[in-house]
Amino acid sequence: MTVAAQTNDDRTKISTRNLNFSYGSQQALFDNNLDLAEGKVTAIIGPSGCGKSTHLRVLNRIFELYRDQRAQGEVLLDGKNILDRRMDVLELRKRVGMIFQKPTPFPMSVFDNVAYGLRMHYRVSRSELGERVEQALRDAALFDEVKDKLSQPGMALSGGQQQRLCIARAIAVEPEVLLMDEPTSAIDPVATARIEELMASFKGKYTVAIVTHNMQQAARISDITAFFFKGYIVEVNNTTEFFTNPKNKQTEDYITGRFG
Amino acid sequence: MNALRPRPSTGRRMADQSVRILAVGASLLGIFFLAWILLEVSRRGIGAVNWDFFFAPPAPPGFAPAGLSAPIVGTLLMTGLSVLIGVPVGVLSGVFLSEVARGTRLAAGVRFCINVLMGVPSIIMGLFVYTILVLPLGQFSGFAGAVSLAVIMLPVVARTTDDMLTLVPNALRESALALGAPRWRVTFDVVLRAAKTGMITGVVLAIARVSGETAPLLFTSLNSVYMPTSLAEPTSNLTVTIFNYAMSPYADWQQMAWGASLLITVSVLGVTIFARTAFRERTK
Repeated sequence: MTVAAQTNDDRTKISTRNLNFSYGSQQALFDNNLDLAEGKVTAIIGPSGCGKSTHLRVLNRIFELYRDQRAQGEVLLDGKNILDRRMDVLELRKRVGMIFQKPTPFPMSVFDNVAYGLRMHYRVSRSELGERVEQALRDAALFDEVKDKLSQPGMALSGGQQQRLCIARAIAVEPEVLLMDEPTSAIDPVATARIEELMASFKGKYTVAIVTHNMQQAARISDITAFFFKGYIVEVNNTTEFFTNPKNKQTEDYITGRFG
Repeated sequence: MNALRPRPSTGRRMADQSVRILAVGASLLGIFFLAWILLEVSRRGIGAVNWDFFFAPPAPPGFAPAGLSAPIVGTLLMTGLSVLIGVPVGVLSGVFLSEVARGTRLAAGVRFCINVLMGVPSIIMGLFVYTILVLPLGQFSGFAGAVSLAVIMLPVVARTTDDMLTLVPNALRESALALGAPRWRVTFDVVLRAAKTGMITGVVLAIARVSGETAPLLFTSLNSVYMPTSLAEPTSNLTVTIFNYAMSPYADWQQMAWGASLLITVSVLGVTIFARTAFRERTK
């Protein structure tokens, strides 16, 4: 199924072409075509098990951790197919960062958490490392809360702070794309609001794809919304249009709460 | 629909009560024997422990000063060397099982072998090392002793590492990979660090276990009354010394054997308590 590009003046950062995905013998994605517009936030919504997270997990090839998972088709990042074996997967993941559902601070200090990716991908002097870590924490709206706790373990922070720590860690390596897999579903409403503010500040800077179960969240923060159902992409449109004037019957049923 | 007929709770409360009593009784029985052993060893061994016990070499019965300086040093040397061999190999085997070959048939096979190896009696490990090291070299040696202890330690460490790494959530691996970390760095920087506490406990338990082994040393390091100068010769050690002294008819040697038993017991207890407290997670 092909879905027409939703906006005309956007440059496409990542485009998925006829993506099929399977867990062992069970197919989870069917001929997905989805363009992520550069600098925009694209929300992916749909009922549980519809392939939202699966789609996201192809874009940085993180699914390859598991032996039985297979992706077929093309995923073009700036026109280059990332599913190509010759693609350097470490470089790919430096360019395409990911935030997970549950905060996953590494078992090390707050500072080292943020410095981890930086040290790996860049040659940085000690003083520059400090500046970069601080900047990443500021960009993740966390610095003021943790500036006296930089040497404490990342696990000692609250859940919402841990998630912002993970965001700081991801943006520290200067990615071009951020994949967010239900980043606020495990944290409280206040922390959620802070992370949503954060995502608003990312517009224009990073290409963001966010999977969410929360339709209000999708409506609040995204520029473009895509609706997934049973492994197919049913509808993609700019968010206002998507929620006010859905073209597809299934989309309308879903966003009006008739199923899912 | 008829009204639900209540079932009296007396029976359930009694069953609850009896399970509780059985569980408490079983634990108390275990603690009772542990306490008994500790008390008995302390009561009989404490008299032997003095300055000479630690710093004088073994002497013939009736001679003074008599001590266990040589066996203490020999045991420390051999246990230390066995840790240097057994822990890295064991940890890497565990890493292989959990991180490299997870879910493959090879991993299942290796895991099975490790479980079997854990059940092999230590005397057989001793005989094994005797045939591969002592016979060809024509010499009992501390080195062979350390190898036999390492072989006993290996499956325990591998199994603990495997178990502890399996407990580390995949989300942690994924987030490190998602930052562009290669697999080996994910393992060493993040996964092993997350499993550190449990692994240290496992390693300490393995050390505790081998430090009390006697049977494998009988075939490998043998024993000696002299301070070890090289691990290429028969090497003095505490457990074989306990065996020899306890079997002797001399009261002072028997007393010394009790002292050595006390020393091993207290060391194992001390190392265990140290590992449990020193490496406890700060954030719990």
